[in-house]
Amino acid sequence: MSLAHRIIPCLDTDGERVVKGVNFVGLRDAGDPVALAARYNAEGADELVVLDIAASRDRRPTFLETIRRVAAELAIPLTAGGGIRTLEDGRAVVRAGADKVTVNTAAVERPALISELSREFGAQAVVLAIDAKRCSDHWDVMVRGGRESASRDAIEWALAGVAAGAGEILLTSVDRDGTQSGFDVALTAAISGAVTVPVIASGGAKSPAHFAQIFREGAADAALAASIFHDEVQSIHALKQFLASNGVEVRLSC
Amino acid sequence: MKITILDYGAGNVPSVERALQRLGTGTHRTSSPECISKAKALVLPGVGHYAALVRALDEKHLRAPLIDAIQRGVPFLGICLGLQVLFKSSEEASELRGLNLLPGAVAALPPRVKLPHMGWNQIEKKGESSLLSGIDAGAYFYFAHSYAALDSNDTTATCSHGAEFAAAIEQRNIFAVQFHPEKSGDSGVRVLQNFLRLVA
Repeated sequence: MSLAHRIIPCLDTDGERVVKGVNFVGLRDAGDPVALAARYNAEGADELVVLDIAASRDRRPTFLETIRRVAAELAIPLTAGGGIRTLEDGRAVVRAGADKVTVNTAAVERPALISELSREFGAQAVVLAIDAKRCSDHWDVMVRGGRESASRDAIEWALAGVAAGAGEILLTSVDRDGTQSGFDVALTAAISGAVTVPVIASGGAKSPAHFAQIFREGAADAALAASIFHDEVQSIHALKQFLASNGVEVRLSC
Repeated sequence: MKITILDYGAGNVPSVERALQRLGTGTHRTSSPECISKAKALVLPGVGHYAALVRALDEKHLRAPLIDAIQRGVPFLGICLGLQVLFKSSEEASELRGLNLLPGAVAALPPRVKLPHMGWNQIEKKGESSLLSGIDAGAYFYFAHSYAALDSNDTTATCSHGAEFAAAIEQRNIFAVQFHPEKSGDSGVRVLQNFLRLVA
């Protein structure tokens, strides 16, 4: 008996529709977030993440409405984020029905945002998203959708974020994202080994073997993917059956 | 029968409300002492910091009517912090007093495991439980917490993460779960259904 490894589909949205970037550029439409949320809830997803990757101020009400409609479909936890800059932004997302708020660029610029959210909603509701990119002997934190280096070491930032009150790390490998060449095992193992909170690995998933590898060798607590689920390359149920038969503890719904 | 949901501002109130409504029951959200005194069945959802819940109960003058209702035998379901507040205190805010309706105290899970204890874990049933009726051995529930009741006498199911703790508690009209039934898929729905059956 132990904690199951979680499989988390991610809906990258423009506020209203699901889109998915390849290496964070070249967006294409992949569908309706509410329909996808209902499907993943039924297929045995352990959680759902919804991100507003456009994160423009004037589109914010549309995104909050998307969260409301998605939350209404779910009997599993929902994490939402993208462009969260203030406590008020976080509060709006929670009120719309998210269980957890994810912060990224704004937290790098102003780490107090993490403590503010953590004090109000508890550490379990604050997910620090870190986009990391290999840079010679370490990983650099990338901001603004993975486009700019924050000139900060990813492990050091993960530790600082947890100290500030983050209860979970959503770790995306910018090098692997969209490549379908597998999760970044070295990066995930390094961060997971350094912090005391759960780590969600993201970026590069394609095959069930990639998932087994990131749980076993990368010490990930959860794994996130988007397009392979949206495009029905991989069903969540079949993925979990594969993991279970390979000795990885997962929650199999009947 | 309408279920009264204590709304002290916790993040999971809307999802608990939605989960109950999906089961076809009427709900009423409140933070008024009068409504709590009149309630026929009470649900206290909670998530986040223990201090936020205890302070809200006191600032909104809900402590006395809540204790009174529970002692009168009104069916009560506490979720997550709603379980923890039933004890006399919690290490998360040791200067604050809980409702002290159950013997024992809430303590931090040991830091030898990753905390918060977040995700899907299996529970182990201990004896008879009406709230967990029909729940299979090894069923998974969603947990998100760092503190837990480690020494409760009224435990009907345990879970383990660094230490064994109370996943579910039953004592007369008091029902409480450390996990989030509103986020636990079909198993969670079953638990809420059982509670509705118990209050009907």
